[in-house]
Amino acid sequence: MTRLRIAAYSAAGCGGCDIALLDIHEHIIELVAAADIVFWPAATDFKYFDVEQMPDGSIDACFFNGAIRTEENRHVAELLRRKSKLLVAFGACSAMGGVPGLGNFYGTEAILERAYTTESTDTLGGRPEQSADSPVPALTSRVSRLSDVVPVDLEIPGCPPEAHQVWAVCQALIAGTVTPGGIAGAGTRSVCEECSRAKRGVRVSKFVRSHEIVPEPDWCLLEQGIVCMGPATRSGCGARCTSVAMPCRGCYGPAGDSIDHGAAMAAALGSVIDSDDEATIRSIVADIVDPAGTFYCFSLPSSLVDRARRTEVGR
Amino acid sequence: MKKISIDPITRLEGHGRIDMYLDDAGNVEQAYLIIPELRGFEKFLEGRPVEELPLITQRICGVCPEAHHAAAAKAADAVYGVEIPLAAELARRLQYNAFMAGDHATHFFALGGPDFIVGPDAPAADRNIVGVMREVGSDLAAQVIRMRKEAHEVAELIGGRRIHPVSMVPGGISQPVSAQTQARLKEIAQFMVEFTHAAQGVFARSLGKHPEFREMVMSEEYTSRTNYLALVNEQGQPDAYDGRIRIVNPDGAELLTYHPSEYLDHFAERSEPWSYLKFPYLKSIGWHGTSDAVAASLIRTGPLGSLNAATGMQTPLAQEEFEKVYAARKGQPIHQTLLYHWARLVEMLQCAEIVQRIANDERLIDPDIRTIPGKAVGEGVGCVEAPRGLLTHHYKTDEDGIVQSVNMIVGTTYNYPAIQASVEKAAKSLVRPGAQLTEPLMNRIEMAFRAYDPCFGCATHAMAGTGPLEVRAYGPDGTVVDRIRRDHEGTIHHLDREEVEGR
Repeated sequence: MTRLRIAAYSAAGCGGCDIALLDIHEHIIELVAAADIVFWPAATDFKYFDVEQMPDGSIDACFFNGAIRTEENRHVAELLRRKSKLLVAFGACSAMGGVPGLGNFYGTEAILERAYTTESTDTLGGRPEQSADSPVPALTSRVSRLSDVVPVDLEIPGCPPEAHQVWAVCQALIAGTVTPGGIAGAGTRSVCEECSRAKRGVRVSKFVRSHEIVPEPDWCLLEQGIVCMGPATRSGCGARCTSVAMPCRGCYGPAGDSIDHGAAMAAALGSVIDSDDEATIRSIVADIVDPAGTFYCFSLPSSLVDRARRTEVGR
Repeated sequence: MKKISIDPITRLEGHGRIDMYLDDAGNVEQAYLIIPELRGFEKFLEGRPVEELPLITQRICGVCPEAHHAAAAKAADAVYGVEIPLAAELARRLQYNAFMAGDHATHFFALGGPDFIVGPDAPAADRNIVGVMREVGSDLAAQVIRMRKEAHEVAELIGGRRIHPVSMVPGGISQPVSAQTQARLKEIAQFMVEFTHAAQGVFARSLGKHPEFREMVMSEEYTSRTNYLALVNEQGQPDAYDGRIRIVNPDGAELLTYHPSEYLDHFAERSEPWSYLKFPYLKSIGWHGTSDAVAASLIRTGPLGSLNAATGMQTPLAQEEFEKVYAARKGQPIHQTLLYHWARLVEMLQCAEIVQRIANDERLIDPDIRTIPGKAVGEGVGCVEAPRGLLTHHYKTDEDGIVQSVNMIVGTTYNYPAIQASVEKAAKSLVRPGAQLTEPLMNRIEMAFRAYDPCFGCATHAMAGTGPLEVRAYGPDGTVVDRIRRDHEGTIHHLDREEVEGR
């Protein structure tokens, strides 16, 4: 049996996805028994050069994490797409834009401006330029998910993906049972289905922020008024945040067929608010601080909001 | 002028490139460590509720998420002007020290270790964690895996998740530590102390086994006589979670001590056109550039800085290791850059001992874990010693705790001027007229930054991947005259000019 050839790469991410891959711990030994890791910059010394020399399509599976934030990220995405049979958007940044995607609220100019005008900055020596001959690669006009720049075969959601889910996908790869298309390493329902906190059917008349109360143990956080993205978020993580009394922030992406996390969350909220009167509902919802930043914390570049704006301003 | 690039550098967290400019004789006139990435957290955190920042800022770095989680939580405590209950502080400290110990183990064995456990001139294909495991034997290798696993288990037990834990909130932690959890923490702590204590000899054995590495350690090329910075407790001992900042000069005399919230009085960051990353400097000394000739104006943080600027260690086993080296030095700092690796081991041991001390403290499971904040004071600084050095988060908010502005300086940024100086010094001594540009030689240049365990993901609030090592030679008119690549077997390929241009 021919050995699998596997690659992993990090673009504009945080490295947590690389750690998630390492966190299959002892299973790494089983993985390298069945597969050659032909490129994984975080852990090995294999180089772009090696990748460029490979025939197109010769990597069986490439786990690509991180969003597209610079022209360099885009270039590597295109290279790895050419070389890989199965290109996997690994983790929230790659699949949806992730936390760096929040930059799309402000735009590239504003991001650069702030980075070099903080209280401690001294620009007497100049600052990086966004020109073709600059020593630093230019930032792209907006943050994109991987599938905005190249075709993607599979997504593994999560920030980062849970190790047991990563290992399950690796096992499927080794067994040759991965079907391209769609989402792997996640459930099909919502985080609420995995959460051990009980719903009591209580409706919310006032929202609170997570630091404002110590929630009762074992009781649904949303019913206690803490904005929890659980009902609008795909299962698969094991509801870890709520297990320590912290609300879900939606890193596994929207549940079900929804393509817009904010829309999914708005629908979920509608069913827990304790009023049928529109004005009252509006005033209860007004307690939610920063709904856009919260609902799209991990998915702004893939949201309908961002896509609409992009269409408006052109690319 | 001829230009040589190492693009990008590898086995670090984040992304970087080294450009070297050669004079006509073939000597390195100038070398730059360029950081090509920026994500812009300081901008897009504006408008977010401050209690979300412990969750969002750790996405700066998935390798050291707890550092950002803790610094953000402490800055948010300060924004609300709240003191957190003792049990919450103990839980945060335990989690933080366990993370530090695990992170140091990862760097020592997986990232830095290949250079001195396997050897600086070993084939590139062996210079990785697999080579390290072969070298140290299966027993120790299994323990390294266990160390990482159990450090992450602590994050999960207290913080809910192994990567990007969530339990630190303004005013304390999200839920009490249970008695059952404490029992498991005691077991983990016992293992961590045993492992980190046993690991102390690994560096010394490497020095014995690889005389060429020992020679590098002691050589002038890898020595920089800088100032040193540490986050210390009232006794002047390193404290990763909290304390005051102490800076000593190259002779070990105290330059200043200040509270983290006073950082703007003491530090500024210089920006340069050739890198996204900024260069901090001490205002009282001023900006003098980054070459080793001005080493006395540079500051170093991270494990070596911590030990050099400390009066001793907090815990008995770490103190023993500290004394073995410093007792004879009479307060003189260690200036050998590659001894960062040794200092990392000692700091790792102290962190493990602190985990054990707190795990056995019955006050850890007290149910009082939160001070509920009122209106925001509006400004706060949170500071911790991250694995790579001092980490500062500074937030300004409105009275509802909605973030108006954010400034962050991370450990690798504080170290960037010194890393730049170290890389330049190594490059100048190694790339000489007629010297063959071999793969091990290039790796030796990279070892100058790797000792610092830099995280350029953190530093630029960005994290790009790493890639091939490619050296480009430019003619006097700036055109590429040669391109040299090393493949994974360490073979050097010379690629002709047409191929370069054809890309």
